[in-house]
Amino acid sequence: MAEVLVYVDHVDGAVRKPTLELLTLARRVGEPVAVALGNGAGDTAATLAEHGAVKVLTHEAAEYADYLVVPKVEALQAAVEAVSPAAVLVPSSAEGKEIAARLALRIGSGIITDAVDLEAGDEGPVATQSVFAASFTTKSRVSKGTPVITVKPNSAAVEAAPAAGAVEALSVTFSDKATGTKVTARTPRESTGRPELTEAAIVVSGGRGVNGAENFSIIEALADSLGAAVGASRAAVDAGWYPHTNQVGQTGKSVSPQLYIASGISGAIQHRAGMQTSKTIVAINKDAEAPIFELVDYGVVGDLFDVVPALTEEIKARKG
Amino acid sequence: MSLRIVVTVKYVPDATGDRHFADDLTVDRDDVDGLLSELDEYAVEQALQISENSDDDVEVTVLTVGPEDAKDALRKALSMGADKAIHVEDDDLHGTDAIGTSLVLAKAIEKAGFDLVVSGMASTDGTMGVVPALLAERLGVPQVTLLSEVSVEDGTVKGRRDGDAASEQLEASLPAVVSVTDQSGEARYPSFKGIMAAKKKPVESWDLSDLDIEAEEVGLEGAYTVVDGAAERPARTAGTIVKDEGEGGKQLAEYLASQKFI
Repeated sequence: MAEVLVYVDHVDGAVRKPTLELLTLARRVGEPVAVALGNGAGDTAATLAEHGAVKVLTHEAAEYADYLVVPKVEALQAAVEAVSPAAVLVPSSAEGKEIAARLALRIGSGIITDAVDLEAGDEGPVATQSVFAASFTTKSRVSKGTPVITVKPNSAAVEAAPAAGAVEALSVTFSDKATGTKVTARTPRESTGRPELTEAAIVVSGGRGVNGAENFSIIEALADSLGAAVGASRAAVDAGWYPHTNQVGQTGKSVSPQLYIASGISGAIQHRAGMQTSKTIVAINKDAEAPIFELVDYGVVGDLFDVVPALTEEIKARKG
Repeated sequence: MSLRIVVTVKYVPDATGDRHFADDLTVDRDDVDGLLSELDEYAVEQALQISENSDDDVEVTVLTVGPEDAKDALRKALSMGADKAIHVEDDDLHGTDAIGTSLVLAKAIEKAGFDLVVSGMASTDGTMGVVPALLAERLGVPQVTLLSEVSVEDGTVKGRRDGDAASEQLEASLPAVVSVTDQSGEARYPSFKGIMAAKKKPVESWDLSDLDIEAEEVGLEGAYTVVDGAAERPARTAGTIVKDEGEGGKQLAEYLASQKFI
């Protein structure tokens, strides 16, 4: 069976969930071979093996942290040359897409980004994408070279599928291009203790109706009762009520959780573009005419300052 | 010293319009009005600010690849304050994918001459966000991308990239490719004076032969990807909508429990 390279997104050896989802999809098109780079690369092996990686190629070097993107491209290129895979899968993070793009160009291949599903086809992997603010679904494939495909978080279930996960050192030689963009400082984002927005199974978002930074605490309280991430509409972010890193929409993050709860968000097309693929959509809004209600599975027409705290209390009571 | 900045911009279908596909599964551009991609306005703005903050002699050129109407995007950028524009237009470009677009842009940027390329973080139609990285790869220069803050001084570009896990300070020598996010700074509105001045600014038109690109390298034929099908997402079945009369929170909790979220 053909091998499929899976680029591992990890933080000091802790594998992030989208990579585990990729391993599920990779098994549909071949045998997953994971590529883990940088500090703690070797520590990823046990988790990756548990989720189906037959092999884990690792390489640690300071360049991965000290320079932007290109060292990772060169390592992945070395892995492609070593393995001759049927496809290369990369998580659809901002960096993942940049890595995938440059790799595709180097190996003379096409690239598909933001796949939401993947299946084996007669002429190679077929990717499903959600386009035009999720109003259309397309099926695409790479027609030249080794398909390079980036996949959005929450596109597949994480499944245990124990495999050998044999660790092999990857041999990488960096070119002078690898050190072109220096990372001169790095400030880790302060952890809120909540799940990462793009990876969360449940997202609770607030918009213009939240009416002030101080009121976001009620959105956060609801999120915490559900173990959810907090999102914000562009209006709320532009007003300075919540950080840009939490913005859901066309110019912010695209999310696809199991459950999306929009509070005080009217549902402009730009916001819908970032959340319309959510499996279940719930909205709370005073305005019965708000376009968000066209999307919902369940909507409450009402004041979020009444409904959200009541909902939070009820959830807490039910969870005991 | 002089600094040549090329800003890549895209003319995109208005997202508030009813976008759909043509028979060949390319984006149907006839049915929906186009405009300068909003995310590219931030790129134009940052290029103008770099120019205004520089002691050097700076020339800002806006570049687009697209059909005749794409000139509207160039006019908007010129009226904001860019100095000149280049429009690459060719019938053979129809259906070009991201890899092909990056080829055309890179050849045009090389022909124009550049010290710095500034792009938006993504187009608002394709939203792939890969063209700046592809340009850096093709041009063989550093990428300093997804910046929420950017400055250029003494042949060095610096910027801040706000990622999920960390905020990073980046630095590279020119020439380089930069992309900026919508956090980089509000884009200016063209003034009346700017709009009038834009009418007199030069817009060059290039086709594929000007860039030594063969027709087979671009368009649907040259694409590295194939769209096999496009289906309109079925309209969501009408959801349950309740009016809060004191029990809205409880009813919603009941629904979430029935769906096993609680």
